[in-house]
Amino acid sequence: MTIYLPIAELSVNIFVILGMGAAVGFLSGMFGVGGGFLITPLLIFYNIPPAVAVATGANQVVASSVSGALAHFRRGTLDIKLGLVLLVGGLAGATVGIQIFSMLRRLGQLDLIISLLYVVFLGSVGGLMLWESIISLRRAAKNKPVSLRKPGQHNWVHRLPFKMRFKRSKLYLSVIPVIMLGFAIGVLTSVMGVGGGFIMVPAMIYLLRIPTSVVIGTSLFQIIFVTAFTTVVQAATNFSVDIVLAWLLMIAGVIGAQYGVRVGQKMRGEQLRAGLALLVLGVGIRLGFDLVLPPDEIYSVVSGSFGF
Amino acid sequence: MRCVVLLFVVSVFASLPAAAQLADPSVTINDKFSERIDIGISTNEIAITSDFSGADITVFGAIDGADELLLATFAYDVVVALEGPRKTSTVRRKERVAGIWINRHSIRFEPIPASYSMSSTRPLPDIANLMELASRDIGIDNIRLVPTGGVGDGSRLTEFREALRRIKQASGLYQRDPTGVQFISKALFRATVRLPANIPVGQHKVRAVLYKNNQFVMEKVIPLRVVKTGLEQFIYNFAHVYSLAYGVIAVLLATLTGWLGSVIFRKD
Repeated sequence: MTIYLPIAELSVNIFVILGMGAAVGFLSGMFGVGGGFLITPLLIFYNIPPAVAVATGANQVVASSVSGALAHFRRGTLDIKLGLVLLVGGLAGATVGIQIFSMLRRLGQLDLIISLLYVVFLGSVGGLMLWESIISLRRAAKNKPVSLRKPGQHNWVHRLPFKMRFKRSKLYLSVIPVIMLGFAIGVLTSVMGVGGGFIMVPAMIYLLRIPTSVVIGTSLFQIIFVTAFTTVVQAATNFSVDIVLAWLLMIAGVIGAQYGVRVGQKMRGEQLRAGLALLVLGVGIRLGFDLVLPPDEIYSVVSGSFGF
Repeated sequence: MRCVVLLFVVSVFASLPAAAQLADPSVTINDKFSERIDIGISTNEIAITSDFSGADITVFGAIDGADELLLATFAYDVVVALEGPRKTSTVRRKERVAGIWINRHSIRFEPIPASYSMSSTRPLPDIANLMELASRDIGIDNIRLVPTGGVGDGSRLTEFREALRRIKQASGLYQRDPTGVQFISKALFRATVRLPANIPVGQHKVRAVLYKNNQFVMEKVIPLRVVKTGLEQFIYNFAHVYSLAYGVIAVLLATLTGWLGSVIFRKD
């Protein structure tokens, strides 16, 4: 059964799209990430024009992060104050990112930069997470306590000025690294069509030493607003948000996420982190191969609006 | 350029009183011959519905004043082509730089039909010579590809042109069927042209060209609009005219879907 996408201007198989949404929703529910870093490359593999894939991916992440953030809010694992500070940087970053996105599209290098960013970020984040989770898995096997946060241990981040107290996170932290992190994620959101959870979560845990319990909820909270902002601006400047495609992905994603959460709850934290690391690394390596291997067709054509 | 040529043709015809009725720009006639071609399609609008996955359109036509003997010896040839709206195209070439493949060179071409689906009675080389076909933009290999702006030293121009044609064919936007036109009775013919699933919307035209013993006789053009319908059309227009509101609605829809998801599946 095919369905015509009004903005991407092509017909797709509805079951393929629903399947993608459900699979990504399952994984995002299991690992507590938005899933944008999976959905955008999948859409591009499926011949959706990259510009549409990125903008629509951002729209889809709004739905999955609203769903996730609400669950965390009810459980009290969401630091709204910290989220708002991250958001200040995030919105500024997204504004800059959209400009970069439009410029790259004009230069014809959008696909390359999107792929490169994916390879660099997925590769490094996936590698680091895998390394860390292997260490803690081995430690857990020896029955030693696993702790990510070592109280009293400070790094350079904690010597910066403009400190602020975040009650829920039990932190007294400078706003500078928080805003900077938000800004970087904001740029990535609009250029890559991702929420940035897969970068935000490790950065908050390892760099800012925020307790793991509030990290995912807070990251999802700020991702809602940054991806919502990106969606609106992409729609207004590039006309590239396909609401039909986005909605199909959301519906399947929200349902898939529920099953993912259930499977995730049966697994241990280190196992989950190792699984997510492998997933992130796998997507990064797959995209990396595409950049390095000689392409089947070295020419590409862009006609009219989005090309094909 | 095209406009100027068209106007010139019209004014020449207009200056000949006898040919006044030929001023119709949808018709081009070689006065040496008396045969005429006419075509008809059942609709002048193709609607892209939500389950659109490509379509075949059938064009019926007739040759008026055809010589029975020549018909019997297959001296008449017909080419029917569906041409999409004209769009500029940019062709980019990837090159390996520091180990990765990136777009290095690009050439922009003047507007060419975004889609081109052609049927003919025989393979084109048997119908007319290359010069003749090229002068009328008939056939995928004969569509004029005129670069605009810089082309570097021009040594790669041929490769870029070939790539453009190859990619257009691979994506299904350009296709040909060398036996798609069939005579169903003496001077009546039927042509099937295929519309791909990714057909561009806009003003298309159906061109029917008649050849007799490899010589051009007449061309007839009729318009065909390809339009999105209903919801698809509404969404597309809304996204372009009220783009900000569209973005806000997309976000609200996502928020609602996410919220519903968390409520429906809430366990506590």
